[in-house]
Amino acid sequence: MIVLSAGFQTTVQDCGRFGFRKFGVAVAGALDPVSLRLMNLVVGNDQAAAGLEIASGRVRLEFDDERLIAWCGGEFEVLAGGTPVPQLHCARISAGAICEIQAKRGRAWLAISGGIDVPEVLGSRSTDLRAHFGGQNGRALRDKDTLSLGAPNALAMSIGLRLTEAVSDWSAPLLFMPRPVLRIVRGGRWDDFEDGVRAKFLARKFRVAMNSDRMGLRLEGDQILSAKAQELPSEAVAPGTIQVPRDGGPIVLLGDCQTIGGYPKIGHVITVDLARAAQLQPLDEVGFELVTLAEAQELLLAQESNIALFRAGLQARFA
Amino acid sequence: MRIQPLGDSAIILDFADESSDAIELLKRALSAADALEHANIPGVIEVTSAYQSVALFLDLNRIASMVSGRSIADFLHEKIVSLVRSKGHRSKIRTRSVEVPVCYDIELAPDLARVADQTSLEQSEVIALHSSVIYTTACIGFMPGFPFLTGLPAKLHVPRLATPRTHVPAGSVAIAGAQAGIYPLDSPGGWNLIGRTPVRLFDTDANPPSLLRPGDRVRFRIMTRDEFDKFLP
Repeated sequence: MIVLSAGFQTTVQDCGRFGFRKFGVAVAGALDPVSLRLMNLVVGNDQAAAGLEIASGRVRLEFDDERLIAWCGGEFEVLAGGTPVPQLHCARISAGAICEIQAKRGRAWLAISGGIDVPEVLGSRSTDLRAHFGGQNGRALRDKDTLSLGAPNALAMSIGLRLTEAVSDWSAPLLFMPRPVLRIVRGGRWDDFEDGVRAKFLARKFRVAMNSDRMGLRLEGDQILSAKAQELPSEAVAPGTIQVPRDGGPIVLLGDCQTIGGYPKIGHVITVDLARAAQLQPLDEVGFELVTLAEAQELLLAQESNIALFRAGLQARFA
Repeated sequence: MRIQPLGDSAIILDFADESSDAIELLKRALSAADALEHANIPGVIEVTSAYQSVALFLDLNRIASMVSGRSIADFLHEKIVSLVRSKGHRSKIRTRSVEVPVCYDIELAPDLARVADQTSLEQSEVIALHSSVIYTTACIGFMPGFPFLTGLPAKLHVPRLATPRTHVPAGSVAIAGAQAGIYPLDSPGGWNLIGRTPVRLFDTDANPPSLLRPGDRVRFRIMTRDEFDKFLP
């Protein structure tokens, strides 16, 4: 596959790099791994296959051989050989044809049958942009890059054979609705923040700052200043952790975040809402809503069972 | 030991209430991490440790399939508390000693002269002090392979830079406050750079990829500029 136009900050990502956090290695991976997993299923791939995360600009890909593609995420326009491809659907792209992706808002994930076959580094194909390894030579894609694709598996072949039109008449379930509210559970230092400070944190809207990136969403607006919540010896942080540095501007950590931190943690975005967090862009407004740990875990398990159900349906229909 | 959720798919075991001694807390965290890692608890994806805490990252789906009629929290609580509390694992921390050669040549140590000024020491005294002690790796973080080393002599405690550098070369040996560290990769950074090592601290082709692990003892060995230039990793 040839990258005719790379867009801006298009990266190769899979579901993340696990097992090396104790050595300071970030998880990285798709900021919304669920979207990438679902799109992988749609094109017959293993859920953990590598695809593209596209953030902004215009991406144009030329294919050497026939492939299936699927995308989902923010507001994007995708054309496969000139045919519009709605999100969550499976589309065929023929050899020599061009896939055009125009980003309008947020992030999107594109899966390609066979997956992107960059070498695995520390067990993952994800791009670690800060440490410069993984993905395409540890960096975002550039114009004229060539990416090898893996061989499509039997399920992908079967889906392709039964795809009579350019785009499927079936689609994956839409598992999240973009909303400017992130549900959170209490952080380890929740009780260290004064009642009034916690109430303010939950009541106010924040604005996503321009210097937000794949490491974290930096929020401005109301300052969350606490006399009680102090910096402590660094401990583990994870995507979703909300840190409050001394300047009072909360930071919602995302997939490329560091592995440890010492700022007080007021809360954590629940895992199912990381998909919403991944769609927020600078100048967007965002607020927080507190849920219980049990609710957060039930939502996550329900989402996993929806994914398993969709996977079983695909297997039943195409395998 | 306090068990706290880290979001909905991880937990942190915090040992802060068990001692007021930082070294003792680090030992507890390291031995608990060791015990939990070797227990291979189903549904635990990875275990990390820091100064006085251990984190367990969980595959909630896997754990939910093993829990019947109990909450996930209760299930984990039982598994973990008995493991961490069980006698015998505390003495089992494997301590490795690693010698890291450092060249303190002024060209490779842009902050050495200022640190000497700030501490009212001669540059040679800063070097002698920095390389005189055995450090303990408290944790690896900030970037892949970056060791947070405890044990820096009090005379060398200087604040970090007011404005971080945009580029710190890989191998830079640095101090900030009570901590010492080594930058494994080119990166931005705000610590005081007082030397450089030619040794690779992080290598994705190595197993493990990080030269240092939590708990490792580290001693800096002074190397000449000539040795540094001729060093073959």
